[in-house]
Amino acid sequence: MREKSSHFPWEFSQPKRMATIQSVAGENEQHPDVALVEQVRAGDVSAYDKLVRKYERQVFRIAQHITQNREDAEDVMQDAFLKAFEKLDQFQGNSKFYTWLVRIAVNESLMRLRKRRTGKMVSIDEDVETEEGSVPRDLADWAPDPEQNYSQAELAEILRKTIQGLPPGFRIVFVLRDVDGLSTEETAETLGLSVPAVKSRLLRARLQLRERLSRYFRKKQGGAK
Amino acid sequence: MTCSEFLALLDDLIDDAVSPDTRTELQQHLKGCEHCEVTLNTTRKTIEIYRSHEIYELPASLRERLHAAIMARCKKGC
Repeated sequence: MREKSSHFPWEFSQPKRMATIQSVAGENEQHPDVALVEQVRAGDVSAYDKLVRKYERQVFRIAQHITQNREDAEDVMQDAFLKAFEKLDQFQGNSKFYTWLVRIAVNESLMRLRKRRTGKMVSIDEDVETEEGSVPRDLADWAPDPEQNYSQAELAEILRKTIQGLPPGFRIVFVLRDVDGLSTEETAETLGLSVPAVKSRLLRARLQLRERLSRYFRKKQGGAK
Repeated sequence: MTCSEFLALLDDLIDDAVSPDTRTELQQHLKGCEHCEVTLNTTRKTIEIYRSHEIYELPASLRERLHAAIMARCKKGC
């Protein structure tokens, strides 16, 4: 292998960690979500309005990734927020409202998927061995800023098609961990998986997505697209 | 360090969860391995692209409708 002369600008830069959604509050400080939950419990429904607006996008995104169906995702979003409201008494202030809500949304999504598949068991617990495995095969470098070669609509379609091809258990781990910014521990808790299982799935999800995106983003022979 | 050993630590490297000593070893490996460098950079880019593009947009009109339905039900006590 040749000695390299140049590095990508992001090599070894500190990764741009998305702030964990609820990392605003310090250890002993009450999180704003907990204050909102207390207001709802005291009868102020408008406080729930704030929680819905804060997390509706994330809940919808998770439901879409699991059900892969627009109509189901809308129903899941509605049902998850209603169920969370109903069960608010069961919410323990020591856990994070967002991870508690995501757990409800994941369960609602799986139930919806099960209904659509006429009762067939749907689980995210199975560890799937995929043909692709986790050994990188496409080792071609990508064009600089490869997304610039596509319109927003084309890019969104590529990203959707690519992630839809992953096994559901990998897909949801990737979305919670890398898109939503949950920690490995929070992802494990939310999905009822062990930390090693989350780590193993995350690595395979990242590598498989990378492999699939390479088909679109690799440098073209004889010059970038 | 072999490529397999590098790959086993790829996630920890991306998530900045490696010790300074391990980071140095990984860096040493990268200096001589173009394949692992490409894998690292394109995996980082993969995450960055998914993080920065909303692929399931919830249109404002639909959001308002769902939101209104949720709040109407909650006000009635679900």
